[in-house]
Amino acid sequence: MNLAAKDIQHNFGRFALTALGIGMLLMIVMGMGGIYRGLIEDATLLVDRIGADLWIVQRDTRGPFAEISRVPRSLVYRALAVPGVESAREFLFHTIQRQHHGKPLRMSVLGLSWPLDKGEWLPLVAGRPLAQNHFEMVADTSLGLRLGEQIALGKDLFTIVGITTGMVSSGGDGMAFVTVWDAQAIQFDMPGEAIRLERAARERRSQTQDVFLSQPALGEQLARPTAELPGITAPQLSAVVVQVAHAADSARVAAVMAAWDDISVFTRSGQEDLLVQGMVDKARRQLGMFRVLLTAIATIVMALILYTLTLDKLHSIALLKLIGAPNRVILGLILQQALVLGSVGYGIAYVVGQQLFPRFPRRVVLTNPDLVQLAVIVLVISVLASLVGIWKALRVEPNEALMG
Amino acid sequence: MSERLAIETRSLKKVYGSGNTEIVAMHDATLTVRRGEVIALLGPSGAGKSTFLTAVGLINPPTSGQIAIGNVPVLDGPRPLVNLRRFRRQHIGYVFQKSNLIPFLNARENVQVALELNGAPPRAARRRALDLLAELGVADRADHGTSMLSGGQQQRVAIARALANQPSVILADEPTAALDSHRGRQVMELFQRVAHQHGAGVIVVTHDHRTLDVFDTIYEMEDGVIRRMAPLSTVLSTR
Ligand SMILES: Nc1ncnc2c1ncn2[C@@H]1O[C@H](COP(=O)(O)OP(=O)(O)OP(=O)(O)O)[C@@H](O)[C@H]1O
Ligand SMILES: [Mg+2]
Repeated sequence: MNLAAKDIQHNFGRFALTALGIGMLLMIVMGMGGIYRGLIEDATLLVDRIGADLWIVQRDTRGPFAEISRVPRSLVYRALAVPGVESAREFLFHTIQRQHHGKPLRMSVLGLSWPLDKGEWLPLVAGRPLAQNHFEMVADTSLGLRLGEQIALGKDLFTIVGITTGMVSSGGDGMAFVTVWDAQAIQFDMPGEAIRLERAARERRSQTQDVFLSQPALGEQLARPTAELPGITAPQLSAVVVQVAHAADSARVAAVMAAWDDISVFTRSGQEDLLVQGMVDKARRQLGMFRVLLTAIATIVMALILYTLTLDKLHSIALLKLIGAPNRVILGLILQQALVLGSVGYGIAYVVGQQLFPRFPRRVVLTNPDLVQLAVIVLVISVLASLVGIWKALRVEPNEALMG
Repeated sequence: MSERLAIETRSLKKVYGSGNTEIVAMHDATLTVRRGEVIALLGPSGAGKSTFLTAVGLINPPTSGQIAIGNVPVLDGPRPLVNLRRFRRQHIGYVFQKSNLIPFLNARENVQVALELNGAPPRAARRRALDLLAELGVADRADHGTSMLSGGQQQRVAIARALANQPSVILADEPTAALDSHRGRQVMELFQRVAHQHGAGVIVVTHDHRTLDVFDTIYEMEDGVIRRMAPLSTVLSTR
């Protein structure tokens, strides 16, 4: 006969409620671990999916995701000239927040290197990749845009031609894919008035300089679009992504590029490390602290509950001692209940979590190692929590059974 | 000493509290119970009967004096000479005045647990528990929770548990207080039968003078001292 089971049966309602409470607490602990895993996955997902061997970014920056990086467009051709490089592509990435149907819409815009890259690698769930070099967009389902819907960005109207799933930036914002040209147009869009004012300012500046006064034709140049002015840099890229040929050694290729003074170069895993260590690290520690706190709270709550459950049984425990039950039996009674409480709580946490976590705005990823780790933690805190009750139970004198 | 004694107590003294709250509950209590002997312990309230019984039951050690059970010295004053808990489990059956049962077990399980603690396999323990309950007339309540039993039924379950391991000593503190006289007598006769069949020594604290004829010997306790009473016929004739 299992005394622990009998007692649980007898106090089933109370026990079930307690397990539910513990389960909810554990679910939060579980969820926090999952949120952290989600952060890492989101952070590295894009780098993974793009699958580039090398990332060339502005010198001494940790771009293009962790911070802003600017490189000239011509870098693509320089990269292509390095022996062992199979392909080099333009990469443009920036996050915008616009108003769409009266609601704020945050999206991370990624420029695809048209025509080399039409977005065939994207995990499409509907529609198709880009088919023309302008005004088409593939959007992630998390943005809430529908296939065929049109969205105004800058001075242009984009049509959603494809929908991806699970493509979010490390900040958790849904991604939108357009050609590099369009991405630049969105990024560097200026209102007409701003352009007019800028032109006026140019003209005024030119009035004070002899060279413009002596050569009026030069002044006329100033009225041309910014992008056409030789003295002003063309819109830039965030990075250049490089694919190394199969036979080539990417470390050798990287070493060649690293010698260029205007850029820094990262391998794929280096880029992932930047994201995980830099951007996600604080979040990880933040969540870690919460997990520790919640685990401690769960332990205390469990200890308290097990202690009161033991207090309620004190008379029975004294009686058991009176009829000669060894301490092993008493200890087993409390410890088994603690373990049942812990494991049922864990089960509830898992089952409820499975239903609840997918509804969270950001990804919550439950990995097997994390689940096993939490199970071990629950085991440990169950044992710890039972100690106070066990201590109390072992101190009860058998003749206390005759009182009260 | 060649005689086989179930219980032997010598000069038991019990002092509760200290200073000016000190109470001497038991004072030079000396008593022997032979195997197979059933004795009654009478006495007014507060005389120290329960104190004596719990001392002999090894759950309330005396301040001084010696206790031997089955010719084995078990307590010298408060000092245990054997593993008391194992000794209780193997050799002593208890029925106390009240709150005898474990509330989260049903009637059958309350008996079964005593058997299983002594190493009985669950199936055998279950069967024996049901037999004992039947013998005490509560077989139909075997699956009831203890809170659904009447006081008398609870007491009978406790008696079944006390008898379960065929102990060499049975200690009962007013076991029949909650029973009608017919049932009361039945229980006393059961004790007598167990004592005679298995050679157990039985001490029953009772106020019920109608069943005194069942007992082999009658003692009276007053102000912490135990006296052997005149033969039964004399006791009855003074009533
Ligand atoms: N735990 C205790 N602490 C202090 N005093 C106690 C304790 N238990 C009993 N006493 C006292 O010891 C004396 C004997 O008590 P005991 O319970 O042995 O009497 P009793 O003969 O069983 O009485 P009753 O017939 O009412 O059950 C009483 O004066 C009682 O107040
Ligand atoms: Mg009493």
